[in-house]
Amino acid sequence: MKIVASLRFLASSIFRRAQSEDEMDEELRAHIRDRADDLECCGLSRAEAERRARLEFGGYQKFKEECREAAGTHFVETLAQDVRYGLRMLRRSPGFTAVAVLTLALGIGANAGVFSVVNGVLLNPLPFPHPEQLVALHASKPNFSTGSIPFLNFKDWKANNHTFSDMAISRGTSFNLTGMGESEHLQARLVSSDFFSVLGVNPLLGRDFAPREDEVGAAPLVMISEGFWRRKFGGSPTAIGRTLTLDGRDFTIIGVAPSTFDVFTGSFRTVDVYVPIGQWGNSALLNRSAGLAFHGIGRLRPGATAEQARADMAGVTAALAKEYPDANKDTGATLVPLRQQLLGDIQPVLLMLLGAVGFVLLIACVNVGNLLLARANSRTREVAIRSALGASAGRLVRQLLTESVLLALGGGALGLLIANWGTRAALGVLPALPRAAEIGLDHRVLVLTFVISLLAGIFFGLAPASRVLHADVQGTLKEGGRGAIGSKQRAQGVFIVLETAMALVLLVGAGLMIRSLAELWRVNPGFQSQGVLKFGLSLPPTMATAPPEAIRTQLREIESKFATTPGVRAVSLSWGALPLEMDDEELFWMQGQPKPTSKMDMNWALRYTVGPDYLTAMRIPLLSGRFFTKQDDNHAPLVVVLDEEFARRFFGSGNAVGKRVELLDPPGEAEIVGVVRHVKQWSLDTDSQEKLRAQMYLPLLQQRDDEVSQMVPGVDVIVLCSVSPTAVFNSLRHVSTEMNADQVIYGEQTMDEIIAGTLAARQFSMILLGAFAAVALMLAMIGVYGVISYSVGRRTNEIGIRIALGARRSHVLALILGEGMRMALTGTILGVAAAMALTQLLSEMLFNVGAHDPLTFVCVAIVLNTVAAVACWIPARRAMRVDPMVVLRYE
Amino acid sequence: MTGQAQILPGTLDLLILKAASLGPLHGYGILLRIEQISRGALLIEQGALYPALFRLVRQGFLKANWGTSENNRRAKFYELTAAGRKRLRQEEDGWNRLVSAIASALSARAEEA
Repeated sequence: MKIVASLRFLASSIFRRAQSEDEMDEELRAHIRDRADDLECCGLSRAEAERRARLEFGGYQKFKEECREAAGTHFVETLAQDVRYGLRMLRRSPGFTAVAVLTLALGIGANAGVFSVVNGVLLNPLPFPHPEQLVALHASKPNFSTGSIPFLNFKDWKANNHTFSDMAISRGTSFNLTGMGESEHLQARLVSSDFFSVLGVNPLLGRDFAPREDEVGAAPLVMISEGFWRRKFGGSPTAIGRTLTLDGRDFTIIGVAPSTFDVFTGSFRTVDVYVPIGQWGNSALLNRSAGLAFHGIGRLRPGATAEQARADMAGVTAALAKEYPDANKDTGATLVPLRQQLLGDIQPVLLMLLGAVGFVLLIACVNVGNLLLARANSRTREVAIRSALGASAGRLVRQLLTESVLLALGGGALGLLIANWGTRAALGVLPALPRAAEIGLDHRVLVLTFVISLLAGIFFGLAPASRVLHADVQGTLKEGGRGAIGSKQRAQGVFIVLETAMALVLLVGAGLMIRSLAELWRVNPGFQSQGVLKFGLSLPPTMATAPPEAIRTQLREIESKFATTPGVRAVSLSWGALPLEMDDEELFWMQGQPKPTSKMDMNWALRYTVGPDYLTAMRIPLLSGRFFTKQDDNHAPLVVVLDEEFARRFFGSGNAVGKRVELLDPPGEAEIVGVVRHVKQWSLDTDSQEKLRAQMYLPLLQQRDDEVSQMVPGVDVIVLCSVSPTAVFNSLRHVSTEMNADQVIYGEQTMDEIIAGTLAARQFSMILLGAFAAVALMLAMIGVYGVISYSVGRRTNEIGIRIALGARRSHVLALILGEGMRMALTGTILGVAAAMALTQLLSEMLFNVGAHDPLTFVCVAIVLNTVAAVACWIPARRAMRVDPMVVLRYE
Repeated sequence: MTGQAQILPGTLDLLILKAASLGPLHGYGILLRIEQISRGALLIEQGALYPALFRLVRQGFLKANWGTSENNRRAKFYELTAAGRKRLRQEEDGWNRLVSAIASALSARAEEA
């Protein structure tokens, strides 16, 4: 209401203004006319009478202005007048206006863009009711603080705690959909029955899972995602009650989950269907020691703090450890606020980028301020005339500020377009950002952009405006427009130094990020990723109930059929774990020792369950002994291969080959047949700091019968290709379908892509920081160029005279270059000092590069000064070519 | 036109209010009335009248209406409001007090000091 009222006031005062302007003229003119009439009656000629009347009246414009002021609609009126005048002045120099608006649009656009990301990702609350009550839950084990939660433990957690109003667990999985056109691989989530209610998400259609529907043996139900519903059912409500055939079993559709929900699982993989945990045909589900990659979400009771919940859960897990020491000894619960869990490490990156664009905006402002200063100089005459005609200094300053605010608002509007387009493009290239779907230009971004524009306009308008306050009107008018230059030049020099310093800081930041990334790319992951393709394969759903021997035969056949396909050099199946992507653990104890009573007292190793050609496909060097052969199957004695870390840790310098270890799963004594090189499992950068690094390879065909049945819905295939991976994947798809029409291969990724994926966040920040640094450098150099060419323009006379008096042209070149380079070097020194302090904030994001890396600093300084020299050289050359005759003739 | 005096700052408002109190007038009329009631002794810069009129209107002492002048032209007439009448009385009192104070000060003789 208030806004409407004040708008109405504004509108009416503008409207009244137009009216009263005319009336004011009419009234004042009537006075002069009446007076002239009277004077004419006194015997003067009409012309003389009118002249006298005007004279007696006094300064018409001055009184009119005073009337306006007295009438009280002054502010709005002058504003409208200033805006009109400002627009006219800007239209009159389109080149200047375009450069200024574009510069500002870059600065403001970059800010609006990054802020819209920060706003969407960091500031907006999670799209769930009372998101602050939500926490992510993990089981903590001696090796991991964020381990997975066994289903039975989860049920006890849920039943025994006092601080949570609700709790749920879930994990990603996949299903083979048949019976709806071509068979298709679906992304799925196994969920406990209250998964949706914990989050407070209501189904778009149909109903949510009811309690106990997640039990083993409950009726097979499924909820589908909004995306899947639209894709497969055209958004029809009749979808409810229909059946989906997933991995050969029929599930009844009970509801549709809204698409806002994808937020939770990240934008990377959209979930198609949600299935209750009990439907998972995994026999280990009811094993208390099998976490099976389930992680939880809890909702705190109103008023309960995270601290209380931690203490509560410590009690609950301690009781469980006492009750089931075999599975739960040393197992606790880890609580992480859901927000923090979802955002991960992105927060510091975004804040850094926000800082970087802040610099870009400052540089843009300084640049436009500089342009305005130069223009203010050529406008001193205009300003002097207006002030001689009675405009007060305050009035002139307001006029100039209006102009700069107009420029800034224009830049802001264009900047919003850039931001909108830029963020869309950036997010399209980099899908790894959490909550990417929520990023957009909302009211907060719009308001911020408006405020930034306004402040920027005032900020960069201040310097040229203050110039007006100290202008010497008489001197200017007398001089015929050639004002004094000294102090103006000084201000511009300071601006240039500041810009250069800020550009240097950004360049150093970008340089350090680039060096880190280059270092990371050089890290040897322990295998050779080039030409290695990884994809998933699901066997025909009917095989789920087939005898394990038939499954093993099928797996063998797949390996041999794939291996003989043209373009394939080596093929290996892989179950569960893959370097840099997924981990799996094996528990063991040394031969000759008694079996430890608790799993927590056993030894842990990372486990890779693979085929005989895995080493060839991944090109991992064999250090001693042998790798697996086709004969290492369920009929042969158990064998394992270790990595060098394992061998060193458990066998010291002695030879591990030929020794034996006792495995928990598959149970039994296994002979160590070989030792291979260590592979980076966790990440390229932090692998060496992880606790769990010992690695063990097991033959896929030696796994337990029920494990083998688990491979039916999905097993990984690793292929070393001699031609393009895409071509290989297409031929293998053909081979696979020929084996069985219901056998699906899906989700192809090269190992190179997987490695790039682990570096995506770094690459994201590097690319953006690099882009901002480039923009900053460009703007700063435009600034240097502008100031130097302006100075050359002002000094043309001086230069001409120097040349006429015998100065050598190379001397003139040096003079101008020196002027620019002095500023650039001062900026470099300042910038290095600032960068030394600021890059400390980056140190978390750097790898193998110090925050004060001398190489980066030196290179950046050289680049910056070289570019600055070029920027100065162009106008300096112009100065060198000044023809003294032409100049002197003008004098 | 001999014996004219420049008006004191601040007294223009008083003169305008006084002139308007004798009946609605347009701007030029007010000027003429002030000349007439001051017997031509006061010199006013004519244009300066208008900012003062606009200010008095805004302050609510005068109200302005468009009407027709004696020579059948459209003109803006100023009229005293109730607040203006009150204001005029205050200004007159203030002025008279000032004048008598100044007058008695100026008529002081040596022995009274």
